[in-house]
Amino acid sequence: MLLDVKGLHASYGQTRVLHGLDFAIDEGSITTLLGANGAGKTTTLRALCGMVRKTGEVSFAGKRIDATATEDIVRLGVAHVPDGRGTFADLSTEENLRLGGYTRKDKAAVEADLERMYRFFPRLKERRRQQAGTLSGGEQQMLAVSRALMLGPKLLLLDEPSFGLAPLIVQELFEILAQINRTERVSMLLVEQNAAMALTLADRAYLIETGRVVLAGPAAEIKRDDAVRRSYLGY
Amino acid sequence: MTKRTLSILILVLAIACVLPFVLTSYRTFQAALVLVYAIALLGLNILTGYNGQISLGHGAFYAIGAYCAAILMDQAGCPYWATIPVAGAVCLLAGFLFGLPALRLEGLYLALATFALGVSMPQLLKYHLIEKWTGGVQGIVITKPNAPAFLAKAGLALSPDQWLYFFVLAVAVAMFLIGWNLVRGRIGRALIAIRDHHIAAEVMGINTALYKSLAFGVSAMFTGVAGALGAIAVQFVAPDSFNVFLSITLLVGVVVGGLASLSGALYGALFIQFVPNIADELSKAAPWAIFGVFLIGFIYLMPSGVAGAVRLAIERGHHRRSTR
Amino acid sequence: MLQIFAGLATGGIYASLALALVMIYQATHLVNFAQGEMAMFTTYIAWSLINAGMGYWPAFLLTVGVAFVLGVLIERIVIRPVENAPVLAVVVVFIGLLVILNSLAGWIFTYTIKSFPSPFPAELPFGIRLVSPHQLGAIGVTIVVLALLYAFFRFTPLGLAMRASAQNPASSRLVGIRVGWMLALGWGLAAAVGAVAGMMVAPIVYLDPNMMSGTLLYAFAAALLGGIESPGGAVVGGLIVGVLENVLGAFVIGNELKLVVALVVIVGVLLVKPSGVFGKTHVSRV
Repeated sequence: MLLDVKGLHASYGQTRVLHGLDFAIDEGSITTLLGANGAGKTTTLRALCGMVRKTGEVSFAGKRIDATATEDIVRLGVAHVPDGRGTFADLSTEENLRLGGYTRKDKAAVEADLERMYRFFPRLKERRRQQAGTLSGGEQQMLAVSRALMLGPKLLLLDEPSFGLAPLIVQELFEILAQINRTERVSMLLVEQNAAMALTLADRAYLIETGRVVLAGPAAEIKRDDAVRRSYLGY
Repeated sequence: MTKRTLSILILVLAIACVLPFVLTSYRTFQAALVLVYAIALLGLNILTGYNGQISLGHGAFYAIGAYCAAILMDQAGCPYWATIPVAGAVCLLAGFLFGLPALRLEGLYLALATFALGVSMPQLLKYHLIEKWTGGVQGIVITKPNAPAFLAKAGLALSPDQWLYFFVLAVAVAMFLIGWNLVRGRIGRALIAIRDHHIAAEVMGINTALYKSLAFGVSAMFTGVAGALGAIAVQFVAPDSFNVFLSITLLVGVVVGGLASLSGALYGALFIQFVPNIADELSKAAPWAIFGVFLIGFIYLMPSGVAGAVRLAIERGHHRRSTR
Repeated sequence: MLQIFAGLATGGIYASLALALVMIYQATHLVNFAQGEMAMFTTYIAWSLINAGMGYWPAFLLTVGVAFVLGVLIERIVIRPVENAPVLAVVVVFIGLLVILNSLAGWIFTYTIKSFPSPFPAELPFGIRLVSPHQLGAIGVTIVVLALLYAFFRFTPLGLAMRASAQNPASSRLVGIRVGWMLALGWGLAAAVGAVAGMMVAPIVYLDPNMMSGTLLYAFAAALLGGIESPGGAVVGGLIVGVLENVLGAFVIGNELKLVVALVVIVGVLLVKPSGVFGKTHVSRV
């Protein structure tokens, strides 16, 4: 198991948002966390990265990371594409990407990865010197994903990557994610409101409601589940 | 206020009245200065403690009050007691006028602007165009007032130092009453609301612009009155005594004494009056080193100052007694 | 004409100090009220080294290094505990720092005014009299420092990481940057730049614990004028303030009210365009 989470509670100030989440991610798999607005999906990703106050056990690659600082969790191989994309708006596209490779020792590999990102997302290459804040929503999303991939991570956390994107672009993005998962064994934890697309991409799914896991299983099964179909897939 | 608080206050007042008869002349003079500082600190506290507007330049208002008194006494032959309300009025206006542009400055920027005011004040006071009033670099010397004749006739012979002390005490009590009234009432609540939740206060219908400027004005008035009293006590005003370090001294007094606290003004005044006296023995630099350490230390460890610690101790005492 | 050159020279010094202020402001949104005293204190260190027999430039470099370390230490030890505290608390801590450094300098080095050497020759070649050698040298040193800083931030990975940390600490953590240390480094650099400014101004105003209060005020004015978030603006602001100070001082108001000019600039900028000439106006969400 690459990521193992037991009894995760998290709060913002006095408000408790997560009430004892349990889930696990296998190496090489794509897992998705589904749920409505406010269910606690974003909070879960933030908690994993040490960005919110939490209790519980989180183990990554066998190592406990509950008390580790965000930047150190990242250095262990966890890349987080946050909601809102977290672009360095005043820096150029290329500077954003290079920051992704900042902590890596092998500079040649970083350069190679930079070129790889430009191959995946040619639009980024066109705009490499442009100020990142002026890119379109879709482009900034691609930039955010690329920057995370520049870390050479073992686990990629994606927070609502489809948000605000045209369906065609979402499809493009998800195809690239699937490819990366296949060829480089990058495991992924995908938080999505767009349940249909997420379930197509993922191997495994967890359904979260008000900070608790209410349903878990292989993505195909969850997709067929009646309750899910009615509430989240709309048919 | 509770009966208990009232009895403590009366006790303190009684002690204060007895002091000049048991202390030496010099100590009485120092006690008067403590009261002067307390009034000044009360002023700064109204602005910074209760209203949250940072001022690193309150020494400027102290200076204006001091020079008002000195110029009136020296050049207009004004009696010393009449200079106090004039100084207060002038500073009220000055503070209000400074408060108007200050409305557009928040926190850090206001601190910056008032810091600049504090640093440049001596230069302003030395300016040759106004030299014939301010006395330029040398400043103005004034004479210490004597106790009024009727007291001597009534059999109560007071030395000038003792009389000065009682005069300052009377003004201090008056100022504290004004201050107390202010912070307990509607105005005080408005000031605190503005400090804690600026936008919510606006939305609730409080005219934040008016109150904030008023806070500046009133605060300046208090400090200006203190400045006038200080000038009369020290018998001397000169530009270099009103540099930025005076403003910083007042800041120290408010932080150590306790923000948003009336009693804090007294604790702070005691601190800033006596620490330099004691520390001066060690070295010229020691008082300021101590001030600096206390500034930082209090922010880390006792952010609500001595007054806050006292309040906490009293509450704990009550709690222990009531849970027995 | 003379005034303009002299103004550029002092303006360069103000620009350096203003740059230090801007660097810290960009990373923390705080104005380091103690920047002047830090510069003064490190200049005293240089003085001690020179007095002990060290050559000027070795002492200069060593002082810059010591200033860097001092800046890092101050950030880690004094500022870190109040990083997220309310503004008043932070301002008070800065003032406390100012006061401690001032009195420490007075205590260790005494309050007697000392002279500080200038490394530049006593006379310029070709008998140029337009500007004193020290002024020209100060301009030169300022240019070198600014160029080095620019190159560092623009072209090195560490500089990029520092810029990122200042702009967006949360995202910076997400790429593994240790934001806390970036902050400390920023303080170190600012302190180093301040030390250079101090050593350039000391030969002119003579070394004493209170020598930087005026310069600091001008640096504030310069930083605000140029835009407190704009390093380039700080430089331009510094030059403008320097020239303004000298020209107004010589022709308009005399040398007496120079600090008041700074006050007027500060209050004026804050009222008219708080983001400065080169800054962007910030809209904060309610």
